[in-house]
Amino acid sequence: MAVVGAGPAGLAAACRAAEAGARVLLLDEQPAPGGQVWRGAAAAPRSAQGWLQRLARSGAGRLAGATVFDAEPGRLVAEQGGERVTLRAAQVVVATGARELFLPFPGWTLPGVIGAGAAQALLKQGAPFAGRRVVVSGSGPLLLVAAAQLARAGARVVTIAEQARPGRLARFAVGLWRQPGKLAEGLTARVAAWRARYRPGTWVAAAHGGACVEAVTLSDGRRTWTEACDLLCCGYGLVPNVELARLLGCETGAHSVLVDERQRTTVAGVLAAGEPTGVAGVEQALVTGQIAGLAAAGREPEPGLLRARAAGRRFAARLAWAFALRDELRALPQPDTIVCRCEDVRWRALPAGGCLRAIKLETRAGMGACQGRVCGSALAFLRGAAPDHTRPPLVPVPLGLLLEEETP
Amino acid sequence: MTVRLEVDGRALECAEELTVLAALLCAGVTVLRRSPGGEPRGPLCGMGTCLECRVTIDGQPHRRACLTPVREGLRVTTGA
Repeated sequence: MAVVGAGPAGLAAACRAAEAGARVLLLDEQPAPGGQVWRGAAAAPRSAQGWLQRLARSGAGRLAGATVFDAEPGRLVAEQGGERVTLRAAQVVVATGARELFLPFPGWTLPGVIGAGAAQALLKQGAPFAGRRVVVSGSGPLLLVAAAQLARAGARVVTIAEQARPGRLARFAVGLWRQPGKLAEGLTARVAAWRARYRPGTWVAAAHGGACVEAVTLSDGRRTWTEACDLLCCGYGLVPNVELARLLGCETGAHSVLVDERQRTTVAGVLAAGEPTGVAGVEQALVTGQIAGLAAAGREPEPGLLRARAAGRRFAARLAWAFALRDELRALPQPDTIVCRCEDVRWRALPAGGCLRAIKLETRAGMGACQGRVCGSALAFLRGAAPDHTRPPLVPVPLGLLLEEETP
Repeated sequence: MTVRLEVDGRALECAEELTVLAALLCAGVTVLRRSPGGEPRGPLCGMGTCLECRVTIDGQPHRRACLTPVREGLRVTTGA
């Protein structure tokens, strides 16, 4: 059995399956396990340490720094350090996590404009942010956490611009009494970033600068104003990474992989867990990962796991409602705004309407190195564009690896 | 512990637990490549999705700097 992705969902799946006696291999493209949320195990919370230790005891094998670029049910092909690795596995658990949603606006391609989750990822990689003057913007609970981590790293976070409607945010916050852990997390983050102004109902309309971002224009729909900064962290929540599941032939709904009560996808021998089955956070990833791992090993999940999953889905629905993206964001791209960063395709070049396949064929948008992971997700929101078929390679790999003879 | 890298022909010393991307940012390198239209680009996602941080590492083109740990003697070329 192979588990793709060593974040919370993949860790939980690998642990439960290996403990149940299955032969498990856990693959991840990062050098260390933990996924994005638990990146850098040393600084990760105690729950993460627990799962990492449990993985080490479980007997599951690990393949780090390995990126799956081709797959069919029963077979995965990965690239590891420039080498091709082919794996055969009767069961595959897709635990590929989520990525940030980036939406185009004038100036978003300037160096110094990064994601909000990106700021967290870069901090954990050891990037320096001390002394930077930062605007954090976009949407979702991640903004507050990113702002707090930046402040602790010595950055001066001046504004947190959250696009969500203030009324919805207030109702969401009131509902958090049922999740005291999440409430405490939010309050701790707010205290850490106490110097920043938190502005709900506000978004970045444009970024300005020459070689690097120097200022941003903010808007609340009634007025616009400019704020100086040398770093803009802007992310509009998370998008499930469903490319591998799609390549394996799994049916996907609007945004996520369809699974049954045991996290089984529509393809036999392929299961999915965590964010690919719907963005719902760490706890839900651990729960669905466990259910998937047990199912792949032929075991029934404990009733408590099924109850926890149902509660997690309710929380995810409240989160999605509170942080729903507003229509004004669809009006941000100007005719000369680049939409596809890989191919420099501008907004005015896009055909009216159409699915991503039609857009791609006409403009090359989505044909570049990221294979539409950035612009495709943006266009799905901006235009309601249906996704294109997923084809190998899932990530760019040296041509030699694609042509290489099969070595089982 | 520190390791030594070579970035665009320039010697660079950094902590051993960094990624190549973090090492580049520590050294003040903020533009990693040029877009097809010649625009300067820096990192965007920091987690291997956007490929804006792709650089040439030890002669291998299109390596994601954010996914590559530093190690002694690594040769990095930006601006591809």
